[in-house]
Amino acid sequence: MNDLSGRLTAEIPSLVLEGASFLHRGQVLLSPLDLRLTGCCRTLVMGPNGAGKSLLMRLAHGLLTPSKGRVHWEGRTPRQAMVFQRPVLLRRSALANLSYALAVNGTPRRLRKPRAREALERFGLATLEKRPARVLSGGEQQRLALARAWLLDPEVLFLDEPTSALDPAAIKAVEDAVQEFHQRGTRIVMSSHDLHQARRLADDVLFLCRGKVIEHAPAETFFTAPASSQARAFIRGDLVL
Amino acid sequence: MSDDANAFQTALALILGRDPDLVGIVMLSLQVSLSAVLIAALIGLPLGAALALWRFPGHGVIVVILNALMGLPPVVAGLSVYLLLSRAGPLGELGLLFTPGAMIIAQIILVLPIIAALARQQVEELFQEYREQLTSLGLSRLRMIPTLLWDARLGLVTVVLAGFGRASAEVGAVMIVGGNIDGVTRVMTTAIVLETSKGNLPLALGLGLVLLSLVALVNAGAYLMSETARRRLG
Repeated sequence: MNDLSGRLTAEIPSLVLEGASFLHRGQVLLSPLDLRLTGCCRTLVMGPNGAGKSLLMRLAHGLLTPSKGRVHWEGRTPRQAMVFQRPVLLRRSALANLSYALAVNGTPRRLRKPRAREALERFGLATLEKRPARVLSGGEQQRLALARAWLLDPEVLFLDEPTSALDPAAIKAVEDAVQEFHQRGTRIVMSSHDLHQARRLADDVLFLCRGKVIEHAPAETFFTAPASSQARAFIRGDLVL
Repeated sequence: MSDDANAFQTALALILGRDPDLVGIVMLSLQVSLSAVLIAALIGLPLGAALALWRFPGHGVIVVILNALMGLPPVVAGLSVYLLLSRAGPLGELGLLFTPGAMIIAQIILVLPIIAALARQQVEELFQEYREQLTSLGLSRLRMIPTLLWDARLGLVTVVLAGFGRASAEVGAVMIVGGNIDGVTRVMTTAIVLETSKGNLPLALGLGLVLLSLVALVNAGAYLMSETARRRLG
């Protein structure tokens, strides 16, 4: 299980945002933001819908470039993967989806199928290998997306609300997978608006509201003594807009 | 009326008896149209995908031109190729005029815009869906093209079929650059025109029936193929 753990956490470069902001048609979706994500912990990006969680993840992963400011990794850019809220799977079989990711990252042809099968097994999808990925259930699709990310052996894994459309059993499977990534030494950056999930998973919490980072604190501190009124209301379960 | 019925019977007899003239014409038609569609697809599918993935100055102009060329009158395409290939034309040296080669070139010009323009639409739609995931996997745009073309394959079959429909049905272009020479460049559509004007309705009708059934057959095959694939792939 933990065959690949023991990777030194210090190896993973820090992500640095310097005054990074994002505007769309003149509207500020993310206010200028200074942030530093270090170490190999599990960061939960929290906040109500439209707070800018997805946007922040996309900027960090490099899918979007900031309108102003800078997003960069210190030293070198680590291997990364991202799991989306709605998994994007190719119109091929479950196995072919995984082999494809291996082909993209340059794995020799003869190793692709065995590795892909191993990953299917790890994520409980072994019996579904020949099934077209797009007829799998929502939970199975998300597990397949996680298996694909697993094969890329990322140093940093971004997950954008990976459980928001899933039932409890599927949520459990995703959370278990996240823990497995963590044990393997992958840095986790995950967005969620589910407080219970955050309590289960987070080492530290990044709380966003209306395109601003309101708090960035260790999970313990955030849940017991939130500094801002918005975070207090959010934790109480009030409707934060 | 009895004349028509007679023509119909004779037509059937020609088809069922595999009349050598008829068979020769049918084979040449298939050879010309299928070659044209194949070459147009090899160029048009990647071209359409490239137009879907890249934005550059003049992109809109190219898309509009391509869409407009979908309606290019076959006689105009034929005339242009005729001018290019005629003895005095820039490519006259090749001696291609009035050969099947010239007919293939003319049909490529007719089919290419259809395949490229429709492929662009299909790929663009898929690109919207795949973009973030493929970028996240670290693919360059160039490397996305084969992936997108393969994953859009169900829709692209229909696109190529539309191209085949146009190629096999047109008469103007092959008439002008082929010349409808018996045994050399006579295809189904040009033969139908000729036989009709000669009053040889049975052969014209027979050819018409064969043409119709071929197009129907190809479409039915493609439909079955894509339906089973659709059901399998979800």
